[in-house]
Amino acid sequence: MNYQPSGHDFIVENPQAQTFFVNREVFVSDDVFEREKRAIFDRCWIYVGHGSEIKNPGDFKTRPIAGRPIIFCRDREGAVHALINCCRHRGALVCREREGNARQFYCMYHGWTYHPDGRLKSVPGDDAYGASFDKSEMGLVAVPRLEAYRDFYFANFDRDAIDLDTYLGKAKDYIDIVIDQSPSGKMQIISGTQEYDIRANWKLLVENSVDDYHLISTHSTWLNYMRNSGVNVTPPKGDLLPTRGFGRDLGNGHLTTDNPNYRGRPVAKWISVYGEDAKADIEALRNELVARLGPARAARVADTNRNLAIFPNLVINDGSSVTVRHFYPVAPDRMHVTAWALGPVEETEAQRARRLHAFLTFYGPGGFATPDDVAALEAAQLGFAAWREVPWSDLSRGMAKAGAQQLATDEGHLRVFWRKWNELMETRA
Amino acid sequence: MNEILASTVSRAEVEDLFYHEADLLDSWRLDEWLELLTDDAAYYVPPNDKPDADARYTLFTIADDIVRLRERVIRLKDPNCHAEFPLSRTRRLIGNVRITGVDGDIISAAANFIIHRYRHNDLPRVFVGHYRYKLRRQGGRLKIAERRAILDAEELGLLGSVSFIL
Repeated sequence: MNYQPSGHDFIVENPQAQTFFVNREVFVSDDVFEREKRAIFDRCWIYVGHGSEIKNPGDFKTRPIAGRPIIFCRDREGAVHALINCCRHRGALVCREREGNARQFYCMYHGWTYHPDGRLKSVPGDDAYGASFDKSEMGLVAVPRLEAYRDFYFANFDRDAIDLDTYLGKAKDYIDIVIDQSPSGKMQIISGTQEYDIRANWKLLVENSVDDYHLISTHSTWLNYMRNSGVNVTPPKGDLLPTRGFGRDLGNGHLTTDNPNYRGRPVAKWISVYGEDAKADIEALRNELVARLGPARAARVADTNRNLAIFPNLVINDGSSVTVRHFYPVAPDRMHVTAWALGPVEETEAQRARRLHAFLTFYGPGGFATPDDVAALEAAQLGFAAWREVPWSDLSRGMAKAGAQQLATDEGHLRVFWRKWNELMETRA
Repeated sequence: MNEILASTVSRAEVEDLFYHEADLLDSWRLDEWLELLTDDAAYYVPPNDKPDADARYTLFTIADDIVRLRERVIRLKDPNCHAEFPLSRTRRLIGNVRITGVDGDIISAAANFIIHRYRHNDLPRVFVGHYRYKLRRQGGRLKIAERRAILDAEELGLLGSVSFIL
C-alpha cells in the first residue's frame, strides 16, 4: 500500500491506512478560489463585528465582509444593521470613512442620502422619476441575514441558511467560556486594529491557528522569551508541549484546542512578565471568578486556553490574551487579516494595560510569534508552486486515535475543518 | 525656550544620534543599538487606525518596555526568528529632524522616515512614517528614553509583519 494517494480528489481519507491528505491544488487554484466564494463564503455565517464596536446610536464601521463592502452600524433606535455600502442609484460607496458616528450616509456622487437604518432619506430632484419610483423601496440593501450570539454579529448571504444558533452549535460553549471572564458577561473589542496581509491561502491560517504541532519549531524564540521570564516551558518526558491539550470537533466544521494553561493569562494566572505589583490584583480576579462561577468553572475559565475556529474564517484565541481575528482571501495566494483584542468591559486601567501587554508578547504583526506564523504560511505557499509534482499535504497525525483522544498536537481537529470544507465544495460543484 | 534648547541640545547632536541609530539598525548591530537606550526605554508602533493612541488603552502593533525590548533583540539575533531569517536588508532615510520641546530633562524630537526593506523570497516593501522621540542626557550622552514609529499607511496590508525594528 502506497503511503500517498494518487488521483485528483481534493481530500483523500483512508481510515484503513490511517492517512488523510489534502491536495495542494486547493491552495493555488483560481477555480477553487472562485468556487469557495460561492460554496463557502456565500453560504456560511460570516463574522461581521462585535456590538461593542458600535456602542452608540449612529456609530458605524465599514469593512469588507465576504468580499462585499459593508457598513456595520447602529441606528438611532439602537438596532444593529449590516448594510451593503453601495448606492442604489449608481453604485458608489455611500460611506467612505473607516468609522465614525453618522446622522446619515451621503453618496457624494449625486447626493442621495440614507438614514443609519438604511432607509432612503432624500434624492435631489426626485421629481424627475416616474410614478413607480418608491423611496421606501430604495433603501440601502441589508445583508440577507444578520444574527448575533452574545454580541458577536454574523452575516449570511444565503437567505435559506440555518439560524446562527444552530450553526454555531457546540462552539457556543467555548464562546461562553471566553465571555465568563467578565463579571457582567459583557466583553468589548478594545480600540486599535491590526490589519495585515499574508501572502498565503486563507485556509492555511485556519490550520495554523489551531495547530499546536508547530509551536516548538515555529515559536522557539517565544518559548525562550517565556523561559527567560521564569515560565516553565519544558515539556514532560514524552510530550511535545509543556502541557497536554486536546483538539476538539465541535460540529459543523467548528473546532478548538483545549489546553491546560502553562503561560500567563490576564485572567487569572500570574507570571513574572506582569510584574510583582500585579500579583494581588490577579489573585482578586481569581477570587471573583471562584465566587461567581464556583471553583470548577473558575478553573475552566482561568486555567485552560483555547484557540477556537468558527467555520470558515473566524478565530478566537483565548491564550496569553484574547484575540478575535477574521480573514478573507483576496486571491488564492493572499489573504487580508483583521485582528482585535477582546476584554471584559469592567476591567480597571491596570488590568486593561496588562491584557494589552500580554497580547503583544505573542500575537499580532509585531508580536513574538505571529510574524513567524506568517513566515511559515508564506513558505508553504511558495512550496505549493510545485503542487503538481508534490501534490499532497499530510494531515494524518492522530488518525489511529479515537476522537476524544486527539491531542492539540495531532491533526484530528484540522481534519474537521477539511471535511466540512470538502462537503460544501462538493455540494456546490 | 530657544535659549534653554540651545543650552541643552543642538539639532546637529540629535541628527547625529538618529543617523547613528539608523546605521546600527540597518547593520543589525542590535546590541550596540540597545546601548543608545536608557534603562527605562520604551518602543512603540501604534496601530495604523489609531496613530495617536495610548498603549495602555489601545491595542498597538508594538508596545515594548525595556525588558521586552531586550527580549526582542535576543529574538531577532536568533536564527529561529523565522520572520527575520534570513535577515532582511533595510535602508532607512531619516529627514526633517526637529527638536519639538524640552520638559525638565526630557528633550522631545521628531523626524520623518522612509525604510526600504528587501528580503529573500519576498516583495520589496516601503515603510513610511514619522518618529517621535523622547531623549534624555545620561552620563553626558544623549540617550533614547522613548521612540515611537508612526506609520502613514492606513493599514499594514502588504507591509505584512513588523518583524524588524522600525
